[in-house]
Amino acid sequence: MSVPENLLYTKEHEWLRVEGDVGVVGITDFAQEQLGDVVFVELPAADSKLTQGGSFGVVESVKTVSDLYSPVNGSVMEVNSGLDAAPEQVNTDPYGEGWIVKIKIDDPDSLKQLLSPEQYNELLKEE
Amino acid sequence: MRYIPHTESDIKEMLAHIGADRVEDLFRSIPEPLRLEKPLQIPDAFSEYELIAKMKELQKKNLDPESFAVFLGAGAYSHFTPAVVLNLVSRGEFTTSYTPYQPEVSQGTLQAIFEFQTMIAMLTGMEVANASMYDGASAVAEAALMANRVTKRKKILISSAVHPEYRQVVKSFMRGNGMEIQEIPYREDGKTDRGYIDNKVDDSVAAVVLQSPNYFGVIESLGGLKESLEPKGALLVACVTEALSLAILKPPGEHGADIVAAEGQSYGLPVSYGGPYVGLFACKQKYLRQMPGRVCGETVDQQGRRAFTLTLSTREQHIRREKATSNICTNQGLCALAASVYLATMGKNGLKELAELNLKKAHYLKTKLAKISGYNVKFSGETFNEFVLECPKPAKEIQEALLEENIIAGVPLGGDYSELENGLLVCVTETNSADEMDRLATALEKL
Repeated sequence: MSVPENLLYTKEHEWLRVEGDVGVVGITDFAQEQLGDVVFVELPAADSKLTQGGSFGVVESVKTVSDLYSPVNGSVMEVNSGLDAAPEQVNTDPYGEGWIVKIKIDDPDSLKQLLSPEQYNELLKEE
Repeated sequence: MRYIPHTESDIKEMLAHIGADRVEDLFRSIPEPLRLEKPLQIPDAFSEYELIAKMKELQKKNLDPESFAVFLGAGAYSHFTPAVVLNLVSRGEFTTSYTPYQPEVSQGTLQAIFEFQTMIAMLTGMEVANASMYDGASAVAEAALMANRVTKRKKILISSAVHPEYRQVVKSFMRGNGMEIQEIPYREDGKTDRGYIDNKVDDSVAAVVLQSPNYFGVIESLGGLKESLEPKGALLVACVTEALSLAILKPPGEHGADIVAAEGQSYGLPVSYGGPYVGLFACKQKYLRQMPGRVCGETVDQQGRRAFTLTLSTREQHIRREKATSNICTNQGLCALAASVYLATMGKNGLKELAELNLKKAHYLKTKLAKISGYNVKFSGETFNEFVLECPKPAKEIQEALLEENIIAGVPLGGDYSELENGLLVCVTETNSADEMDRLATALEKL
């Protein structure tokens, strides 16, 4: 199970890569494996406001539908529209081509609430 | 399922097994003051013979539609159902109104649903249809909720010429979820006011809901409406209460409707108080994932043979719980089956011929009644098999007077539209003979 060192994580199994004041968000390798084959990702509208812990979209797999929770407060800069045609990228490349949204981070303080790779690894051991 | 009652000794054995003396002991958890310590005040049980006699006596109190000339429509239409429909839906293999819990075991049921969806999609001119809804009214309400999910907007504009009961159901569904409903007035010709729509639709409107033919029987002009809604991002929801009209009118899909919500009772289901009826629901493919209800899909099994499966059920209540797309997690299986058998029996041409017959008969009566002194056709808009007759006095009085002549002349509109107190909504289907129509005209002349 891959948990890259350069990312931050949520308890709901989203990852966040901070690039200046922008955060790239996706779901973790663990999450995609639990979900099974992803068939659809419902993306938020551009510019929509996100709150930390709030739901901003859904990932649908062959067996279930799960909400996506925002790791930070901010607004949607860009969505990965490539997922409309190729949602399976969430499975095949969860930390790369399978990214879901780019968020303009409003308050960097909210990053402190997120899990470090070590903490996320701990969480996975409990799961 | 067989009903096998427990015998005295069954009950004794079961009580002994759990260590209870009497059945009453099972209710010990109910506080004593709340327990009814005496027998219920109800009559003794009837024998089967007595029960049948009693029911027959009660039945005599009903007005029997067979002995009346009935011109009632308004969302429930008397059509002839070929015997094959009841015969097939009564087969043991089909007699369950429920989609089985392991649906793929019942390939026949799923195939019937798949064919139902296919026919509904064709009739409405839409890309996808679901396995059916409870009825037309709840289908329209679900369409409004779906428009909210698609657009993330909270306002619904609904024509005042949509069936009054449907509007009530929509209001009930909207209550408590912060949605807002505005009614669009109708014009002199009985059509919904397009100018009003153009003025009121802005980027807060989720959908505009129109019914065609509308409650007054008038066929709405849907042409160009979608084009004017598109730039504002509002959806067009087309409602149909007389599904037979779909056989000859331009399907809502061709007018660009985003969602079609309809009542399917005309397809082989009897007119009956309280139903069961069947809701039809279809939409554009791109909104598939926001569509309520079940969808049956075609696939192949392990050996590559054609097979059917329930699909997209991950958004249903049993999986997605409180976040489900809607609280519809079933369909009107048996009624949808009846509709499928009916449609397949009638065929494309048969259905069209029947619709034309309805149209011709209704226009015969419309023309005939308009010639009676004091009576007019209220709205100039074109109609299918229903029209509003303007009477010289309150329509309720006329309707009541005609009951004496064994005629149920129609639905008086005053109760739902105070400004239309003299309006009588008259419906003619293939079940109304020329003789009945002439009787109605003569009776009105004599009044």
